[in-house]
Amino acid sequence: MTSTAVGAPRKPGEPGKPRRPRVTSGAAGPSGRKPSGSLRRKITDNLTAYGFLAGGLACFALFSWYPAIRAIQLAFQRTGGQSESGGTEWAGFDNFTTVFRDPEFAAAWRNTLQFTLLALLIGFVVPFLLALLINEMRHAKTFFRLAVYLPVMIPPVVTALMWQWFFDPGPGLFNELLRALHLPTSNWTNGEDTAMVSLVLVATWANLGGTVLIYLAALQGIPGELYEAAELDGANLWQRIRHVTIPQTRFVILMLMLLQIIATMQVFVEPFIITGGGPGDSTITVLYLVYKYAFVYNNYGSACALSVLLLAFLAAFSALYLRLTRHHG
Amino acid sequence: MAAKETTHVRTLVSPMRLRTRRGRATYWTVFTLTVAGFTFAFLFPIYWMVTGAFKSPDELLQSPPTYVPEEWHADNYSEAWSRMDLARVLRNTVLQAGGAWLFQIVLCTAAAYALSKLKPVFGQIVMGAILATLMVPASALLVPKYLTAVDVPFVGANLLNTPWAIWLPSVANAFNLYLLKRFFDQLPSDVLEAAAIDGAGPLRRLWYIVLPMSRPVLGVVSIFAVVAVWQDFLWPLLVYPDTDKQPISVALVQLSASLPLTYLIAAMVIASIPVVAVFLLFQRHIIAGISAGGVKE
Repeated sequence: MTSTAVGAPRKPGEPGKPRRPRVTSGAAGPSGRKPSGSLRRKITDNLTAYGFLAGGLACFALFSWYPAIRAIQLAFQRTGGQSESGGTEWAGFDNFTTVFRDPEFAAAWRNTLQFTLLALLIGFVVPFLLALLINEMRHAKTFFRLAVYLPVMIPPVVTALMWQWFFDPGPGLFNELLRALHLPTSNWTNGEDTAMVSLVLVATWANLGGTVLIYLAALQGIPGELYEAAELDGANLWQRIRHVTIPQTRFVILMLMLLQIIATMQVFVEPFIITGGGPGDSTITVLYLVYKYAFVYNNYGSACALSVLLLAFLAAFSALYLRLTRHHG
Repeated sequence: MAAKETTHVRTLVSPMRLRTRRGRATYWTVFTLTVAGFTFAFLFPIYWMVTGAFKSPDELLQSPPTYVPEEWHADNYSEAWSRMDLARVLRNTVLQAGGAWLFQIVLCTAAAYALSKLKPVFGQIVMGAILATLMVPASALLVPKYLTAVDVPFVGANLLNTPWAIWLPSVANAFNLYLLKRFFDQLPSDVLEAAAIDGAGPLRRLWYIVLPMSRPVLGVVSIFAVVAVWQDFLWPLLVYPDTDKQPISVALVQLSASLPLTYLIAAMVIASIPVVAVFLLFQRHIIAGISAGGVKE
């Protein structure tokens, strides 16, 4: 995100263009700005600009900036039913200790990290390989793109309910397929050991389309001469991937990895709908626990304390992402 | 893209290699396997869902399953439609998505135009503050955003059970605003300057010059805006405690426990049809938008 480039006078893509081209009406003078009265002019220009901005900024202020501050504030407060007076009072670090003492706290973090790690292992290599494969195809490219992106368009709730039905250990599609192939069946989301992996499969299936498309765009940007040169040097297929494709797409790979970590650490819909956090506490996630604190126990302070912990954890990845995009841009 | 002139850009595998007999045989083998693999992995589950909704309850639970329904029960769909009151649920969803689209198109476009072309003082700081929200995980804002919707500061209104709770937060979408601003940045400035010299005010310039040149990006942002509302689950679950006003995704989950499986699956198919139709109609724009907007390169 090159917000630094905004200050540049004109877009750099058009070199050699004169600063003041073809002034048609002579009366306005060069670039239409007179030195006298320029302050008043500037003020009205700015007022107009902020008039255009007002509606959007109000929404950002109400639903992004203010809640971000309020999240931190609430984390140190007791509200409503939690406080003795019934109003809002400062609670110090009490909300944090409440959260730390909760036996589900450790489970939620363990499960979320496990989910993120598994999603990285499965959901990270697979899209790259699929993009490589599609990029080599000389036919039906549109079909591949449509097919891979179709699951992304299906509403996540439908995807979750659909997979819940597929996972059914009895008449579910997956066990039926395994039986048809004479393979051992699985408990899928009903087993404590397999529940989380099953949810990772759902999330990967539902989300990899976007990643594949972005990789494809990156792959198409690789100059063909690099492959030709590598081939002349005797590089085989694997060496060409290793020494041309991966270095050339390294930036995109890194970006998507960070974005994926940030997204998967906030997993909610799949465990909420498919497993309800179970069996036991094997699929409760951090965001699920936030939801429970806020909307089941009505304890907004502790919910925000947990949110702030998640925020702090993800801020590290966000900062890295920002640094890399800045650096690259 | 220069790629259009030649039939295919040089990729990993050299075109020379593919012209040999062995190369061609390998290519067609890999191609067939890839088509089969993609069909099985991405299309078969959807086929299974659509046909599952045509089966009778007994056939749906039968083991081993039938791969094509023995009897086609189209009435599952009509039954799901009336039992879930899908007409009302879909009307709710359209109202929420349509309003969110309108608000985003008007307010985000105006804001992006101001930041890109009118360049007020502190414009860069404002843009920075907007982009910074991309770095704040949405889940961290969940509770305070909900509390804001319950009691809006200064106004004191309660937005619960009203579509405003969907419309207004949807405008605070930094990604769409960034897409618009970046597109406006690339519009030639001299046309706008010439119009300004001829006396066209900022609104006329936006309406007659910027918007007609921005159809592609407006299309992409429109699709993203509508699809996002259609797909969202957690936020409408929180702001619509009233079941009569809930959108499709919330209604599906609420009724999933009480509805017979065949009807539920039929309702799931109906819920997917609009977004899939939008995707198939605008696939070129959507794919271009994802490829270009996902990561800046």
